[in-house]
Amino acid sequence: MGPFLLVTIQVDLYDRLALTLESDLINMVSKTEAKGVLIDISAVSIVDSFMGRILGNIASMSKIMDAATVVVGMQPAVAITLVELGLTLSGVHTALDVEQGMELLRNKIGHPDTHEEGLYDSII
Amino acid sequence: MIVLSKEKFPIEKEQDVILFRNRIKELATRTGMSLVNQTKLMTAASELVRNMLRYAGGGVTLLEIVSRSSIPGVRLTFIDEGPGIKDVHQAMKDGFSTGKSLGLGLPGAKRLVNEFDIKSEPGKGTTVTIIRWKNGL
Ligand SMILES: Nc1ncnc2c1ncn2[C@@H]1O[C@H](COP(=O)(O)OP(=O)(O)O)[C@@H](O)[C@H]1O
Ligand SMILES: [Mg+2]
Repeated sequence: MGPFLLVTIQVDLYDRLALTLESDLINMVSKTEAKGVLIDISAVSIVDSFMGRILGNIASMSKIMDAATVVVGMQPAVAITLVELGLTLSGVHTALDVEQGMELLRNKIGHPDTHEEGLYDSII
Repeated sequence: MIVLSKEKFPIEKEQDVILFRNRIKELATRTGMSLVNQTKLMTAASELVRNMLRYAGGGVTLLEIVSRSSIPGVRLTFIDEGPGIKDVHQAMKDGFSTGKSLGLGLPGAKRLVNEFDIKSEPGKGTTVTIIRWKNGL
């Protein structure tokens, strides 16, 4: 099982920086063969259609490389605004904080022992 | 409607945008607007300012605190002298884009504010005005 990548966005990004984040992150996933990407956006106060699309792009590119993406810590005001803007973050999982995000990834990817349990069940 | 404060903010390059959004936040905070409404206003502004930069190479914005029936709000005007929009009705539709992007900027911005007005003339430019009232739904 590959590692998880945790990226914390510390400041509000505008387009060019967001594009840099997208390409850096995709390179990292490819290089590290990560199976999960956690993007902590708790410090981000605006997600508009551009930033939303970047998050969606990261998720869909990662998926091609067999990694799941979880966006964690989205501020409630940002979440409410996204709905009204009309943006759905397709392919992006969300979690309240990094811990829950990790948990979600572990469940998605599955521990090796969970697999064994499943096998055992089916034999019975 | 009374104008309580008014300032100009030119938008020429991407780097202006973060400062511009911060300034809107300061004004919105002064009116006592809730965080959710501030976020909606700033997100709408972010969309409109991107359009200005992307389709018109920049422009000028007016930032005002206004008041109607003693209720304060923030009015933002985005003025550019770019190519204008041929069919505004079409541009206001969800998903319509000539820039291969999501096409949510104009219709989304409209949903995020209380008042929205767009005027555009091909060859002349585009002006969009939005208002978010302190406690408008
Ligand atoms: N200031 C502007 N000047 C010229 N055309 C504009 C302007 N703003 C928007 N448009 C046109 O309206 C379309 C829809 O804009 P928008 O809803 O923001 O979606 P998007 O930017 O994703 O294309 C744009 O693709 C563009 O053709
Ligand atoms: Mg746009």
